[in-house]
Amino acid sequence: MRTLTTKSIRIFLALLAVSVLPALTAAQQMESHVGKWTGHADTGKALYFRYCWGCHGFRGDGNGENGPYLNILPRNFVAATFKCRSTPTGTLPTDQDLYNTIERGVNNSNMPSWITLTGQNRADLIAFLKTFSPRWMTEKPGEPIHIPAEPKLTLESIKHGQELFQKLECWKCHGQEGRGDGPSASTLTDNNDQPIRPYNFSAGSRFKCGSTNEDLYKIFNTGLDGTPMPSFADVVKPDEAWDLVHFLRTLQVTHKSPELTMWESTKEGAQQVASRKLSGTPTGSGVDQ
Amino acid sequence: MRINQRTKRLCMASLAVLVVLAMAHARPTGGTISGKVTYEGTPAKSKTIDMSKEPSCAQQHATPVTTETVVTGPNNSLENVVVYISAGAPDESAPSQPVKFDQKGCQYLPHVLAFQVNQPLEITNSDQTSHNIHPQATKNSEWNKSQLAGAAPMDVTWNNEEVAIPVKCNVHPWMRAYIVVVKGPYGMSDESGAFKLDNLAPGNYTLTAWHETYGTQTQTVTVAAGKPATVSFTFKAK
Repeated sequence: MRTLTTKSIRIFLALLAVSVLPALTAAQQMESHVGKWTGHADTGKALYFRYCWGCHGFRGDGNGENGPYLNILPRNFVAATFKCRSTPTGTLPTDQDLYNTIERGVNNSNMPSWITLTGQNRADLIAFLKTFSPRWMTEKPGEPIHIPAEPKLTLESIKHGQELFQKLECWKCHGQEGRGDGPSASTLTDNNDQPIRPYNFSAGSRFKCGSTNEDLYKIFNTGLDGTPMPSFADVVKPDEAWDLVHFLRTLQVTHKSPELTMWESTKEGAQQVASRKLSGTPTGSGVDQ
Repeated sequence: MRINQRTKRLCMASLAVLVVLAMAHARPTGGTISGKVTYEGTPAKSKTIDMSKEPSCAQQHATPVTTETVVTGPNNSLENVVVYISAGAPDESAPSQPVKFDQKGCQYLPHVLAFQVNQPLEITNSDQTSHNIHPQATKNSEWNKSQLAGAAPMDVTWNNEEVAIPVKCNVHPWMRAYIVVVKGPYGMSDESGAFKLDNLAPGNYTLTAWHETYGTQTQTVTVAAGKPATVSFTFKAK
């Protein structure tokens, strides 16, 4: 009896393998590797056509039914240009980068956080979305940029960051006060020729690609491909980059951070922050007119 | 025995053919294609660019700069047209001589730049302001890098043929150039609309002319040894 069962199981498995294998094309065999998970494109396909295609489209070109109604059009997986990466500008992101984006969602856009999907689900989805562009067959993801350990926060670091903000001309788009209102801001368009706003630091919201200091470091050292935000990796040294991170935090006047607290403890900083905070209520009462 | 001799002869003959082919491949017999690019109709007028937001650039221009979407010369000649061999080009390794691409006075010099796949490109910034170089490639990878005033030249190469890649500087929205990456020989029309492709082996080629506003045109051409071929292209002004 027992041998019979094992035999029948074996036969069943063999039949299954024979019937399934030829149906898999090279693309469908695409895999993703994130932590302990190995994602499979054939499983991801079913998930994609359940959760993603409404915006990202039947062909993965970002042209889904909901696409035209969204400001910041859905990502086009055929072009394989991704904003949130740990890899240098112009290279493909790692599976982990894509996993993080699905988990986190993309702030200030219509891409929600998909924490309701299991890790395995997300890994499967990544394997499938990599079948949309031939780039994944011919290119490897870029080598993630090296991020040195964050040095201790000092006032000098913030001040040096402030100088870098001028030197790198961040203000031309983000504005001198980081409100996203620099001289070039109104002219910016993304790769879909849609108007796009530079990040407004004073609003204090999460960044497009994460919320930690390290995420901020990554954003200007990798650039947000497909948008006007370039990579500054060639023009800013690794330690200097941390100084810029520290200064940028002080521009988030409505977001509590150790950087903001330290900056406000100085006379110059306190004045600056106070002048940048909007006072009053949304109805306008309490605002000197 | 007889069969053996025949095989021998055949071998010799094919060897001879191979040698001749190899020699022909090693030394193109100096065939050329030359011609002229013109337009019909009335091209749209170029617009004046307002650089007042970037005083360090505006100061460099005594007269205001205009857009370069259509650049014409006398007798209806059309400038900045890239003429390249789109089919029939021999497989050659790219020249190692870098091509230069400069940002000066908040303009790209040159406005249209053609070179070969894997040929090094050297990008410089001669301005007092920083630029971001954003080639919006689709067949090559798209990247976007900042280059500060006085920064070292940036060296890049392109792996795939692509006609053409628009280049933007997002900080200065009026800046626009086109990078044309081709596989084989190419020429570019000058102020008189003239172009020339040198050092071609005799044979049949498909020639494509590309203009940033007027699109592409294709013609077939036969190059014979020591006999320059002449081709002309006429674009309809829209």
